[in-house]
Amino acid sequence: MPKDQDNKDRPQRKGWFQKFTEVISTDVTEIGKLREQHAEEDRQYVEQVAEIEATEITAEDQLPSTDTWLEQLSGGLTKTRDKVASRINTIAAARRGIDQDFYDEILEVLLETDMGMEVAEDVLKILKREIGARGANDTSEACDLLVEVLGRLIASDEHTITPDDMKSEGIETAVILLTGVNGSGKTTVCGKLSNRYRLAGAKVLVIAADTFRAAAIDQLKIWAERAQVDFQGAQEGRDPSSVVYDGLARSKTEGHDIVIIDTAGRLQNKVNLMNELEKIRRTVDKHIEPDAIQSLLVVDSTTGQNAITQAEVFGEIAKLDGIILTKLDGTARGGVVLAIKHRMDLPVLEIGVGEGLNDLVPFDAATYARSLLGDLADDQIDWRGRTGFND
Amino acid sequence: MFDRLTETLNKAFKRLKGHGVLNEKAVDEGLREIRRALLDADVNFKVARAFIDRIRVKAVGEDVLKSLTPGQQIVKIVRDELIELLGGTAVEAKIEKGRQNRILLVGLQGSGKTTAAAKLGLHYKKSGFRPLLVALDVYRPAAIKQLQVVGGQVGIDVFAITEEGTKPLDILRQAETHAKDKGYSLVICDTAGRTTVDEEMMDEVVGLKNALEFDEVLLVIDAMTGQDAVSTAEKFNEAIGITGCVITKLDGDARGGAALSVREVTGVPIVFASIGEGLKALELFHPERMAGRILGMGDVLTLIEKAEEEFDEREAEKLRQKIVGNEFNFEDFLTQIKQVQKMGPLDQIVKMIPGMGGMAKQLEMVDPKEFNRVEGMILSMTREERQHPGIINNSRRKRIARGSGMKHQDVGRLLNQFKEAKKMMRQLAKMGMGGMVPKGAIGRMMKK
Repeated sequence: MPKDQDNKDRPQRKGWFQKFTEVISTDVTEIGKLREQHAEEDRQYVEQVAEIEATEITAEDQLPSTDTWLEQLSGGLTKTRDKVASRINTIAAARRGIDQDFYDEILEVLLETDMGMEVAEDVLKILKREIGARGANDTSEACDLLVEVLGRLIASDEHTITPDDMKSEGIETAVILLTGVNGSGKTTVCGKLSNRYRLAGAKVLVIAADTFRAAAIDQLKIWAERAQVDFQGAQEGRDPSSVVYDGLARSKTEGHDIVIIDTAGRLQNKVNLMNELEKIRRTVDKHIEPDAIQSLLVVDSTTGQNAITQAEVFGEIAKLDGIILTKLDGTARGGVVLAIKHRMDLPVLEIGVGEGLNDLVPFDAATYARSLLGDLADDQIDWRGRTGFND
Repeated sequence: MFDRLTETLNKAFKRLKGHGVLNEKAVDEGLREIRRALLDADVNFKVARAFIDRIRVKAVGEDVLKSLTPGQQIVKIVRDELIELLGGTAVEAKIEKGRQNRILLVGLQGSGKTTAAAKLGLHYKKSGFRPLLVALDVYRPAAIKQLQVVGGQVGIDVFAITEEGTKPLDILRQAETHAKDKGYSLVICDTAGRTTVDEEMMDEVVGLKNALEFDEVLLVIDAMTGQDAVSTAEKFNEAIGITGCVITKLDGDARGGAALSVREVTGVPIVFASIGEGLKALELFHPERMAGRILGMGDVLTLIEKAEEEFDEREAEKLRQKIVGNEFNFEDFLTQIKQVQKMGPLDQIVKMIPGMGGMAKQLEMVDPKEFNRVEGMILSMTREERQHPGIINNSRRKRIARGSGMKHQDVGRLLNQFKEAKKMMRQLAKMGMGGMVPKGAIGRMMKK
């Protein structure tokens, strides 16, 4: 599987991956120069992160310096940073020197997020360099840097297509194709997304192309009713491509702005089912111009390293543009999306944080980076506060 | 199943085997590879660390290092430890005849509880139970209907109350009365998916669990789960005390390591493995077989059991005689295709035969529809043609092609393939293996 197979459709901007490899393959003494080179591209982002971090750093600075995180907690500090600290155990708050033990502990914390050994080791390499470059000298500062590094690695400029995008690009009908393995949450995402578009004033059609799983069509129909959007049903067992065809034809006559296609869950090693998906994608390609299609892989955040293979195979067959990370309201963190970004430059566009209609929110790298090490159920991370299209 | 882990471990072992005599440094290097493979396979990092430590202690022992085949010795140690990690011996669910049994299925959203419920039902129905599926997921849209549909597919009754606002606990109580009245011997309860941090939902499942006495409280875990599997299992276990796990979606290419960790961390056995979309695709979980499968040693025992389930012994023997006597014809072929189809996906079957793991990859490419096409062509033959394929000449070929909607060349290809297959099967049958056929033959081979 070519690692950068989906790069060809992207703008020719110097990719995150290129920068990443440059940094890790360069001598430490050269880092300063490289940093300058990248500074312009990165400045904007770093500023954003700094802004978010600033408030919290100030909050902490005002605290009496304490020796253990337990004491800090009993001091009533419930900021996310200390939830991070509670995950990284005594690491951050201990304010001890940065030694090998520190890095070992960090590695375990990273592994526990499911980002995988390869990326975890790379993150540590970058962290070491950042610590050197910025002269950080205690574990607390180092943990701040870690959050920043993680945020930078997962950040992207991409987002789910919005009515504004459509206006500026002159797109009449946009199609969102949702794919994924069984049980990842495609149907639920379909319901939530359609609700958001409807609230934004778009005319929405959802197509039930999961004709395999028992009652999947009914499940989507209920979601469509909840979201008050149009619904293209199908007979169970029918060829999903023909259902998609019918739906697209209908959207043309009825003038839908957004068409969302819910496909059947399929394991990526099932060749026949992947052929079926390829046919669905071909059907969409035949009727919709490429810029108006967004192909999104729905990934359950409890998924481990298999998500990488999922992204690779679905990426090729469904020509993926991004990831929707679901079920972040549990204890899993879905860190494997860092590995996916690393290998394929495939960004996360949306996250699912609950079962309600509004519990799908646009991805925010900085927030996610914090949550990755902390606790997603943390009240301090207000996922639901961010339901708009642009931020 | 576990393909990747096998691949990576084999690579590590090859390196170990490469050293004639192992020293501690070489062992360390190999163990590092194994640790990495385990982590890549989603084995929990704490479990992987403990696993490697145990192996190191054994591997660095004098006996191993001095032995002539230290690499192989370590492979054996890894295999033994892996079996241990997987739970040691197979554990049967505590479902017994002569009384009413109850199973409660719990798990995260999308782990496959509803499908597992139907599969379990079918599994026990086959061994003479009278199961009842109970729909307790009143939250997910159409979840109840899904259970009703899959229940219908396997011919098992489903108890559900679709009235809005009915609490799962009330449904459970009514189901219990219903089951007693109607004499069901096994009640399988499908609950809603829930995250362990959702206190309200966890309270609900605690209430369900305490309302009745359950013989098995099974946690359904997706084989693709990462590091979180352990904490999920721990939290469910703390809350309601699970008695076993069902691993689902093992037919994917997930390495399934997290599932392995669950046993180690919670001490709860894995009792079932779900290995396909078909409702028959459920197996008892056998740690020793699974360990063998991980290490690329095949899974002959499972294959034999599958064959025994589907094949009539006398039929099989008759078929074997025919093959040996070179009387095997298209009619037998047709019967055989149907039997193989009953056993499950071809690639799954082949994967269980030692040394044929690689072939499974190719077989995944086989379109099941290919079977239908072959069937169509055979059915377009006359009885005489089926019994004596030799008489099929050019004009007969054309007629068969027309009859089955295939091309002339397709029929030709089928005839050639049949000839080849016949030759191969004859050789195999003489060797005592007999293609997929004779249960007795494979069984005898294994007993040796």
